[in-house]
Amino acid sequence: MNAGWLPLAALGASLLAGVVIFQLPENAWRLRASLNLGAALIKLTLVGVMLFRLENGYNDVFSFQVVGNVDFVLRVDDLGIMFAGLSSLLWLCTTLYAIGYLEDSPNRKRFFGFFSLCVASTTGIALAGNLFTFLIFYEMLTLSTYPLVVHRGTAKALDAGRVYLRYTLSAGVVLLLGVVMLYSLTGEQSFASQRGLEHYLEDHRALLIVIFALLVGGLSVKAAMVPLHGWLPRAMVAPAPVSALLHAVAVVKAGAFGILRVIYDVYGIELSYELGVTAFLAVAASITILYGSLRAVAQQELKPRLAYSTISQVSYIVLGASLFGPLGTIAAMTHLLHQGLMKVTLFFCAGNYAEELGIHRIDELDGAGRRMPLTSLAFTVGALGMIGLPPIAGFVTKWYLGMGAVQAGMPWVIGVLVLSSLLNAIYFLPILHRLWFRFGPAHGHGDWPDEHRLGRLETSAWLLWPTMATALFSVLAGLLAGMPMSPLDWASQVVRGEYLP
Amino acid sequence: MMTRLGLGEATFAPLPAADLALLVAIVLPALLGLLGAWLQPRRLVMVLLAALPALAAGVVLMLAYIDYGLLRWQLEWGGLFFQLRIGGPSILLLTLTQLLGLTAALYTPGLLSRGDGYMRRMGRYLWLLMGLLLSALSLIWVAADLLMLYFALELVSLTAVAMLLLPGKTKALVAGMRYLLLALVGSLAYLLGVALVLGQWGTLDLAKLAQVVEPGPVVWVAAALLGAGLALKAALFPLHAWLEPVHASAWTPVSALHAALVIKASLFILLQLWLVLVPDALFLSRLVGLLGVIAVVWGGLLAWRAVELKSLVAFSTVAQLGYLMLVFPLLLDTSLPALAKTQAWEGFWLQLGGHALAKTAMFMAAGNLVLATGETTLAGLAGTSRRMPLSLLTFGVASVTLIGLPPSAGFTAKWLLLQAMLDQQLWLPIAALLTGTLLTATYIFRVFRYSFDETAPQQQYRPLAPGMDVLALLPALAGLGLGLFAHAPLVLLQGGGQ
Repeated sequence: MNAGWLPLAALGASLLAGVVIFQLPENAWRLRASLNLGAALIKLTLVGVMLFRLENGYNDVFSFQVVGNVDFVLRVDDLGIMFAGLSSLLWLCTTLYAIGYLEDSPNRKRFFGFFSLCVASTTGIALAGNLFTFLIFYEMLTLSTYPLVVHRGTAKALDAGRVYLRYTLSAGVVLLLGVVMLYSLTGEQSFASQRGLEHYLEDHRALLIVIFALLVGGLSVKAAMVPLHGWLPRAMVAPAPVSALLHAVAVVKAGAFGILRVIYDVYGIELSYELGVTAFLAVAASITILYGSLRAVAQQELKPRLAYSTISQVSYIVLGASLFGPLGTIAAMTHLLHQGLMKVTLFFCAGNYAEELGIHRIDELDGAGRRMPLTSLAFTVGALGMIGLPPIAGFVTKWYLGMGAVQAGMPWVIGVLVLSSLLNAIYFLPILHRLWFRFGPAHGHGDWPDEHRLGRLETSAWLLWPTMATALFSVLAGLLAGMPMSPLDWASQVVRGEYLP
Repeated sequence: MMTRLGLGEATFAPLPAADLALLVAIVLPALLGLLGAWLQPRRLVMVLLAALPALAAGVVLMLAYIDYGLLRWQLEWGGLFFQLRIGGPSILLLTLTQLLGLTAALYTPGLLSRGDGYMRRMGRYLWLLMGLLLSALSLIWVAADLLMLYFALELVSLTAVAMLLLPGKTKALVAGMRYLLLALVGSLAYLLGVALVLGQWGTLDLAKLAQVVEPGPVVWVAAALLGAGLALKAALFPLHAWLEPVHASAWTPVSALHAALVIKASLFILLQLWLVLVPDALFLSRLVGLLGVIAVVWGGLLAWRAVELKSLVAFSTVAQLGYLMLVFPLLLDTSLPALAKTQAWEGFWLQLGGHALAKTAMFMAAGNLVLATGETTLAGLAGTSRRMPLSLLTFGVASVTLIGLPPSAGFTAKWLLLQAMLDQQLWLPIAALLTGTLLTATYIFRVFRYSFDETAPQQQYRPLAPGMDVLALLPALAGLGLGLFAHAPLVLLQGGGQ
């Protein structure tokens, strides 16, 4: 039995929430908040139902014909539901956080309206059943994040928005050309089709490589791979919840997810390997990983450091995908979720420090652990996870990446991993040291840059609880990695489908 | 290609109901315009109710076309034979005209109520001229002989000029008179061409002409005259210079109808005559395609440099017409494979329809912004994102279609055109399409850059009349919907009949 309304409803939940929010008056914040949370909960439930049905062997499909040989297809599959689950879970957390963060600031209606559209696009990207549908939501994501990036309306924000558009729209054009060329070559190419592109290999080898380069080249701008990463650090001017969303769920993840789709569901991993494009991609990802980490070390402010760390961390996903073999694939897919959980935690923490104490620079963090213990605990969890310490989620990924590298016969990747972990430690451990072991204003040395007392606890409850929740998820994802339905377990299930026909 | 334009033989004679519907669809708008001039309606419900019979007539015609395929009529009057027909493009353009005409009419009472005394006095003429214009446009979509096309085209040009003169300001008068002069030159060239054709082959019926015309100097001269006249009226690059001044000072619904439909009428006739008279002129069509490439880039650059909001919207029309010119070589190339031919054909009409919807919405949104802020420049938009979110959202949704981002008619059209061009390895037009996308985004986002500026001083905002902002949003959303649900209208292009 096909329940095509399920993916449609999951998409509609956030789309409709966005549209309704635009209609509400600016000061109806109670109604807006309940609408936001209601829609987020409904979507989480719907994703849960889809997950349950998928477990029982139903692939729900919704489709209609757009023109000639092109269909609009929403399809629930293993890889898609992973991303949809991540986005709906983190949407809930980020919405809670954003409600607290943006209290009393102007233009909240516009913010939450586009916020919902942004999440709707992410859901669409997750559930898209072919490249055409993927492209629709991919571009919709670009448009709906622009107002969020320029939200503050300052000259710096507007410049960042312009750079963001310059990168993403150009990439969109490249991607469009690649997709149209692929459609011209093969006709409709569903992600679900068992027939890969192998039978075009004989006659069109060069064309296949060109198309792959166009597709992945277009996608790697959003995935912020070096040298196409320039927009990401600038987009840091956006409010903290937007950065959290951009880095953990929406934009960079959409790029990485698209690359996974192209490698596994359009070309097929065997063909990608055969064409030799994965080796190239592995090198590009390694360069990005090291370059991002190096630049992160050089940053003096907290948010830019996290931004460069994202550039580095997202390329782990690409690296995993370009290692031929099930273990690399498992690493890629697990990291898609794990990086999201840890990165969102870190950005929430950065937002908390900025809101409660006015801290933006790293050297202002001295002794903040005493003033804000829970936030600092969450930050510690996220940072240690990024470095790859067990039992936090990041460890699982790095472990599988290393094993995948051995399996794929690319032992040099392990060197990259070790070096990158070292760099991660170099830029994260000093922050932890400052938080916990240095004396600062909390111990009576000097003052916080701009202190507010936002709540009874160390900061406003709206800001604190989402942070704690995502930190907890990051620990649980690592601790319970062996349990059924954990990210690792689910990734393994996807991989079984990919490698064992 | 002849059959696709509805110039072939019809299988069935139209039923009386279709006869009546055709009459209503063509004549009623003019009569309603007269009624509007007399009563000067204030309430939108009244306008809507009055327009219902015309819409119903359109629906009857569409159903008749879907059931029976091509519909043809022949009228005799004083020894002259007039040909009318409804084919795929005709019915789509007729429907588009009715919907956009209704939108413009619904927008008018609000606009007039916000105007000064002079504007309210001239409102009478606006109603009258708008009705006449819509009637004349409807006639162009269905007329299938040169004389009737001439009559309708003349009527369209003159009413359009008159509407553009309505604001009565010096700027509008100068631009309007220039437009009048050029339109008259265009008409004269067209009339000479018609005379040549009539003298040589003794018929004005397009379908018959297609069979009897033979290549030779006469047809070349006639085609050159007809083509030049129509290209001038359609503002095709490089004959576009009159377009922007005309829009800079025109009233909003006038600009909307002009950019969406009036220039498309000349383009539609041009395409038909080309296929009838010089179907083998591949070289010329390639030249048009090349001019299209330049138009896309040049129009984009002009829009990018624009200081005033309405100029930006007007210049973007030049670039968007360039997209349509890019398709000409594909439409006229008979050696194209069937699939690429269909893709080019569908892409052309989808682009035309999408642009009409988006441009209407964009002119209305721009008109609303100018009306509310009292500023005509882009820099005057600072801070509008907070106070006029809906108008700005409309502008944004419309620009999705213009940029050609998914899901919109502009995107689906671009998709189809890219596929057709890839099939033929036409890399220059492909590059133009893709560059055009980025250029459009560049000039469109200038608007948003100004409007998102939060550091601007507080301004006085004049409130809009109720419904004005929502009315602008409707065609913008229709442009999005047309992209996703393009299949249904495009099926009509393949020829109806079951």
